[in-house]
Amino acid sequence: MLTETEKKVISALQGNIPVCERPYLELAQGLGMSEEEFLKTAKGLDERAIIRRFGATLKHQKSGYTANAMVAWSVDEARVQEVGPTMAGFDEVSHCYRRNPTETWPYNLYTMIHAFDEPACHAIAEKISKAVGVEAYILLFSRKELKKTSMRYFD
Amino acid sequence: MPQIDDIDKKIINGIQAHFPIEPRPFRAIARDLDLDEAQVIARVKQLKEEGIIRRIGGNFSPDKLGFHSTLCAASVPEDKIDLFTKTVNSYPGVTHNYTRSHTYNIWFTFIAQSVDIIKNNLEEISKTTGVSGILNLPATDVFKISAKFKV
Repeated sequence: MLTETEKKVISALQGNIPVCERPYLELAQGLGMSEEEFLKTAKGLDERAIIRRFGATLKHQKSGYTANAMVAWSVDEARVQEVGPTMAGFDEVSHCYRRNPTETWPYNLYTMIHAFDEPACHAIAEKISKAVGVEAYILLFSRKELKKTSMRYFD
Repeated sequence: MPQIDDIDKKIINGIQAHFPIEPRPFRAIARDLDLDEAQVIARVKQLKEEGIIRRIGGNFSPDKLGFHSTLCAASVPEDKIDLFTKTVNSYPGVTHNYTRSHTYNIWFTFIAQSVDIIKNNLEEISKTTGVSGILNLPATDVFKISAKFKV
């Protein structure tokens, strides 16, 4: 359970923190609390891993990663718990999840792959495929960004 | 693409995962990288202006805040893409939405306070747009989430 103070701090940290000498003082003042209380609360959220990652989010296109592929894999369920962590171990893989397959969609493991171009994404997928011995997979390249925002919680 | 030099790269690599939670975070970063605080602040401002850094802040796990998240996919005919996009994007819980190279051509993430809200919203989207059979693929296992890239 989150306290009201924690929810306020989350709502401040989920935005864009000010780039100045004392950003937390500025955020704390906006919430009517002390910098000390704000920092203590933020640290508590960080220690409990309620903050998944705290830092700069880059615009990938501008930092040189121009191709990203979502690779959907069809993996024998008995092997998922072994294959998932192996795929996650590749540096080129940023996300790796298991999802339930559906009647019209047979895939159950998903990896996001980032590389400099689309052939490089194919090469990485092939490398992973060989490493885990899974041959049923497809690459879905993002063509157009229709929306990209961060979720606003407790606003 | 704007030019970034080695100092910019050091700063970017230094602040992606663990931005310091202490009164003067930019001083702490500067100390780690052997730079000075004013220089780090000026460069980070510049990197944000150029759009290389999209934001600096916290990323939260929806489930740890009591929220549910899912990945959805739809097979949308060409002439309905605009309507479908407009409809889907109007939900605040839809945070990412892309067209992708497949007959399931639109993929979006949905975060809400319960699985039922997500289900109902997907039904509503189908009704509004006439696009049925939207895949709802919540994650059952998370093996990796990392948004850190070496530049």
